[in-house]
Amino acid sequence: MRLTRFPMLFLCFGAFSVWAAPYIPRDDAVVLDRLPIKASDPAGRELRRLRAELLADPRNVETAIRLARLYFDLASAEGDPRYIGYAEAVLRPWTALPDPPGEIVLVRALLRQYRHDFIAAMADLERVLGKDPGNVEAISWQVALHRVQADYTKAREACQRLAATATPLATIACNAAIDSINGKSREAHNLLSAALAHYRAKSIEYQQWVLVRLGEMALRYGDKSLAEKHFKDAIATGYTDGFVLAAYADLLLDANRPAEVMALLSNRESSDVLLLRLALAAHALKSPDAEKHIRALADRFSAAAMRGDRLHLQEEARFELTLRKNPARAVKLAAEDWMVQREPRDARFLMEAALAAGDAAAAQPALAWMDKTGYEDPLYRELASALRKIGQ
Amino acid sequence: MNRLPRINLNLVAVLLALLALLAPLQSALAHKPSDSYLAISAKGAAISGQWDIALRDLEYAIGLDADGNGEITWGEVKAKHADIASYALARLAVRAGDSACPLRATAHLIDEHSDGAYAVLRFEGECARAPDALDIRYGLFFDFDSQHKGLLRLESEAGTLSGIFAADRSEQRFELHKRSALEQFLNFGHEGVWHIWKGFDHVLFLLSLLLPAVLVFRRQRWEQVQDFRPAFWDVVRVVTSFTIAHSITLSLAALQIIWLPSRLVESTIAFSVLLAALNNIRPVVEGRRWMMAFAFGLIHGFGFASVLTDLGLPRDSLLLALVGFNLGVEAGQLVIVSVFLPLAFMLRSTPLYRRGLMHGGSLLIALVALIWMLERIFDLRIITLR
Repeated sequence: MRLTRFPMLFLCFGAFSVWAAPYIPRDDAVVLDRLPIKASDPAGRELRRLRAELLADPRNVETAIRLARLYFDLASAEGDPRYIGYAEAVLRPWTALPDPPGEIVLVRALLRQYRHDFIAAMADLERVLGKDPGNVEAISWQVALHRVQADYTKAREACQRLAATATPLATIACNAAIDSINGKSREAHNLLSAALAHYRAKSIEYQQWVLVRLGEMALRYGDKSLAEKHFKDAIATGYTDGFVLAAYADLLLDANRPAEVMALLSNRESSDVLLLRLALAAHALKSPDAEKHIRALADRFSAAAMRGDRLHLQEEARFELTLRKNPARAVKLAAEDWMVQREPRDARFLMEAALAAGDAAAAQPALAWMDKTGYEDPLYRELASALRKIGQ
Repeated sequence: MNRLPRINLNLVAVLLALLALLAPLQSALAHKPSDSYLAISAKGAAISGQWDIALRDLEYAIGLDADGNGEITWGEVKAKHADIASYALARLAVRAGDSACPLRATAHLIDEHSDGAYAVLRFEGECARAPDALDIRYGLFFDFDSQHKGLLRLESEAGTLSGIFAADRSEQRFELHKRSALEQFLNFGHEGVWHIWKGFDHVLFLLSLLLPAVLVFRRQRWEQVQDFRPAFWDVVRVVTSFTIAHSITLSLAALQIIWLPSRLVESTIAFSVLLAALNNIRPVVEGRRWMMAFAFGLIHGFGFASVLTDLGLPRDSLLLALVGFNLGVEAGQLVIVSVFLPLAFMLRSTPLYRRGLMHGGSLLIALVALIWMLERIFDLRIITLR
């Protein structure tokens, strides 16, 4: 009779896929896990060296900053948030001080914005600039955060301050990124494109960043093939970044070319952001992989919810909208996302979800943003006018 | 000359196909912040639990990849089991009031989560007394990962609680609200009802004994009773005998006055179902089925008792639990009977009842019971449904 209780237990555990069934592996040679960075890789060697240095001299602020920045770069390149936690722990002896060194506060701001804690990150940046008003890196991040929160007036002010110390390319890019959202995408594109040809970018990462921006600008005024060219050039720089892949995958999905997304993102399932694009492509192709990806995404979103993380609300909203066919939940998530992040894409999926749910009122903040900016992308304009129709 | 290369090619193709199958498994792992999954169950003064900790985090903390090749094998993890247990358990403190509940590792397994393989550490502990609240201090990995979280699920008599430990919330108190006497009573009553409904062996035994209640055995065959009254009293006799008998042994076993090995009990219960079913096909104790109900009811009572002990008997309100559980069993039984009797009475003259249910049904029950009996005697697994 002991056994009659098993089905109940099984049900309880089954409800949580994170509590699966533990086992004992067959034999000692079974490989259970592969580490993301081998000790013998260049990055692995650098990590080990810095860690050992810090262990030997735990008060050395320069070593701590170098190690924390290396972790931040790894997190950005691989989309792996574990490194953010490592980096914050490295900084802890200094962040616990009443007045931490400026460089420490700056790195903390980068880590905080990675976790979408934009308010705390902004406060950190202001603190850095209070002591060092010309700090280019801090101003650039300030621009980015203002832009993410759709505060274009403040973003523009920050661009002005940048002009004093930054390179001409950086200043032009700074303004162009804002103009292109505010109804001047073609002018912004042409200016930035000419600037990139004239001044050389200071690094591959920066070159790639500018190319992705150019691609987005071209999309806004409806030149899809030019946008595609920019995205391809950005990928060809060879710098690994999930951000450019996501932007290009979205272009391909919108152009109904899912097979190319499958090829582009094979082996990039680790990142939730890219796995979503892969799942959307598999779904469009009616591939058997779709089911597997959808299950994996559902697992990840529920694991994130269990720890109280809401990092990928935009992706979760798209997931519910297209892959789960649950527009009501998608609207809720997209509206929540808009409270935190207000980039054009966040507006788009709020509008799409609201349209699918027949809930024009929910899209109000995105429609107001469209009116205020004069955002040009034809796809967005169609969504907005469809919503206005059902809203009447 | 053609054959050999072709075989080789096929082999290569098979290997490639296998690799292709393996590749997505390896790369489909999520990138997520570090979490550990901690399940603790508090039953009386005893604590038991399971702690799933990412191998990747353990590698960072204590080093698992002994040969430095970037792959963590089961052999490498096994070699570190003692270190894993002492590292982890040193960072988890469970206290009941002012006294600690020391924990010790009992087993090491492996599990897969969305971001990779986890070491599964099972542990046990004992508090000085059954706690009203548990104070849990969790300190795993916070020293090198400020974003690490410990996701706790705490099960106790008070139900399931959950909690999240983080670097700035590493100590938390969980109130295990003792239930009131009435709540406990109702809870055990509820368990009793469910147990009789889900315990197919009891239900089948009872049904086998009740099936003939609306019939009489005459001239070597079953005929219908004319009146509802004899059928009703027959049912009452059988059910009452079964109830009295199992109540006696349930009480004696729960109060630890007598005890029988569970294999013997379980096998005999299966035997009782077999006998009761066969008796419908070829009646031996036709008019005295209540005696059979009583005799085997004694054994079924031991079965109920083992469930009750599994539920974790409250020491301070043993009698309450016992009475609640028993009344629950009777209530569940009464529901089955009150559904069965009118239906059986209505259908008693049909061939469906007399052939289909009396013969076919009883034969099927006998077969299932036989399988159970073999399984339970020889400790086999033939059918999984019980």
